[in-house]
Amino acid sequence: MNATAADPAELASSPRKSGAGADRAFQLITAGAAWLVLLLLGGVAVSMAWGGRLAFKTFGWHFVTGKDWDVVGGKFGAFVPIYGTLVTSAIALMIAVPVSIGIALFLTDIAPRWTRGPIAIAIELLAAIPSIIYGMWGLFVFAPFMAAHVEPWLSGHFGNKPLIGPLFSGPPIGIGMLTAGIVLGIMVIPFISSVAREVFSAVPAPLKESAVALGSTRWEILSRVTLPYTRSAVIGAIFLGLGRALGETMAVTFVLGNAHDLSASLLMPSNSIAAAIANEFTEADTDLYRSSLIALGFLLFVVTFVVLTIAKLMLLRLNRQLGRTH
Amino acid sequence: MTRMIIALPLAALLAACNNQGGNQASTSSVTQVTGAGSTFVYPVLSAWAADYKSRGGADINYQSIGSGGGISQVKAGTVDFGATDQPLASDELAKSNLAQFPIVIGGIVAVVNIPGLEAGKLRLTGPVLADIYAGKIKTWNDPVIAKLNPGASLPGADIAVVHRSDGSGTTFNFTHYLSQVSPTWKGGPGEGKTVNWPTGVGGKGNEGVAGYVKQIPNSIGYVEYAYVIQNKMTYAQLQNSAGAFVSPSADSFSAAAESADWKNAKDFNLVMTDAPGQSAYPITATTFVLMPKQPKDKAKSDAALAFFRNALEKGQDQAKKLDYVPLPAPLVQQIEAYIAANVK
Repeated sequence: MNATAADPAELASSPRKSGAGADRAFQLITAGAAWLVLLLLGGVAVSMAWGGRLAFKTFGWHFVTGKDWDVVGGKFGAFVPIYGTLVTSAIALMIAVPVSIGIALFLTDIAPRWTRGPIAIAIELLAAIPSIIYGMWGLFVFAPFMAAHVEPWLSGHFGNKPLIGPLFSGPPIGIGMLTAGIVLGIMVIPFISSVAREVFSAVPAPLKESAVALGSTRWEILSRVTLPYTRSAVIGAIFLGLGRALGETMAVTFVLGNAHDLSASLLMPSNSIAAAIANEFTEADTDLYRSSLIALGFLLFVVTFVVLTIAKLMLLRLNRQLGRTH
Repeated sequence: MTRMIIALPLAALLAACNNQGGNQASTSSVTQVTGAGSTFVYPVLSAWAADYKSRGGADINYQSIGSGGGISQVKAGTVDFGATDQPLASDELAKSNLAQFPIVIGGIVAVVNIPGLEAGKLRLTGPVLADIYAGKIKTWNDPVIAKLNPGASLPGADIAVVHRSDGSGTTFNFTHYLSQVSPTWKGGPGEGKTVNWPTGVGGKGNEGVAGYVKQIPNSIGYVEYAYVIQNKMTYAQLQNSAGAFVSPSADSFSAAAESADWKNAKDFNLVMTDAPGQSAYPITATTFVLMPKQPKDKAKSDAALAFFRNALEKGQDQAKKLDYVPLPAPLVQQIEAYIAANVK
């Protein structure tokens, strides 16, 4: 009894001391978790570069710029898969970004309140569909539709035009970069739109109310208030979608055609990095072949890294410019 | 991407654990035999294994990871037998101290999707098939094709070529045939489990090629015989080396197996394409079993051999039911003599 009450100073200091220790431990754990990710990332990059060293040593820069993928002759160049990956992802974003922002805006500002929940859930369910289902739907439903209706129309109307003509020429087989890009676009819509919806609804109401009070239209509210306020988060969402599109494997391999041919036409088959690895890894029986596929994986890593870095730099410049004008 | 990089070693780890499980099981009364390799042979091998086990035989655990994987696993000694669609040369077998023998035969069929054309009504020769796959013959009404098919109304549409996108023994046998009948193919893309295709789209697996051919009008592809039957696809007749046009069937595959020169093939290193018989189908594929000549675990090696002997002698019906072709009797005798002489 006496002992407990005797030393108030000690009583006060001891919990503080143990609290500081726990705090330090907590800090170490969180820092460890953060560093672990970096360590893993570095480990993956290094081990893929190491696995692909034979290909890089044999072909040098030609591995990146070479258009041949000749397994029998032992000549490997990654240009076609890199090109196919970038083009399909670009098409995907061209479709997904406006649609996603439209969806997000509709759900936060325009839709009647009772419809918002069901529509939001339906869109998020799109993200839960396994990618192989998208692939099968693409092959059995969407590709025949493209071959019968969309592609003949495209090549008929644009195939002979200067400049864009080469993009839309070739036989309409329904399988190729355009189809793959559209399927990818549908796949990334839920990723972009759900983040965009979250950040749009976080825009403070007084900002929008002031704009309404000044007589702004919906478009003006979107372009002058909502988008500038949420810019960095929306661009982050777009790059989340882009990351997903770059690495998507199963859905792409079904509808892209998996051919190592370089063609300007979007209607022609091509290959992507992830699809090439998935298709060819099981029977890659020579060291050079296997090494080339691992090197391809490393290049996907590099491509993703470069694209994301460019995005960050763009964002930084944008922020600085806007900072100057205000 | 990262997901896949993580998944691959994980799968390898799981496979390794599996194999360890197999080793432990062998110490108990039930023998468990592990094999890996060709996906082509997997349906018939698993039917044989189920039947063999139900009659009190050993438990056969076969992983269809692809021929290349099967070869490297059996060389590394992680499995009791490997299966490959592409035979190994004798010196490579000797280097790894492996024995090799054929186990079952199947056919590879050129399938087309030409609106209005019935199955077996289109006739093609080997060189024409090679030129189509090389992109030199571009339309179905090309004079060369028309000459082979008098009276048939073939469209002027572009030919959409479909090939495999993954490495495959099917592709190896198909391109081996094209290389034999067409010097320009041999000097160009050549033969292999994956080649540098001059044209066309790639489907993943037999089902991928079958799917593309069914989806794309005016297309041509090549698949295993079972897929032709199951999907009711339109096949083409091919001209064999004796000059006759033959349809793919169990009989024409057997004829090829009988006319092939197995007697003089050391370690059965023979690819049976372009077989000489009058009624032989030109593109047949053989799956070969690889086993160590001096196995580490004699009990398991014996169990595997007993299983294969049983399959060769009594497995014909199951093979036929799954649209494979059993080996002809003289070849079975030759294999049994080879096993007795080589696997200790």
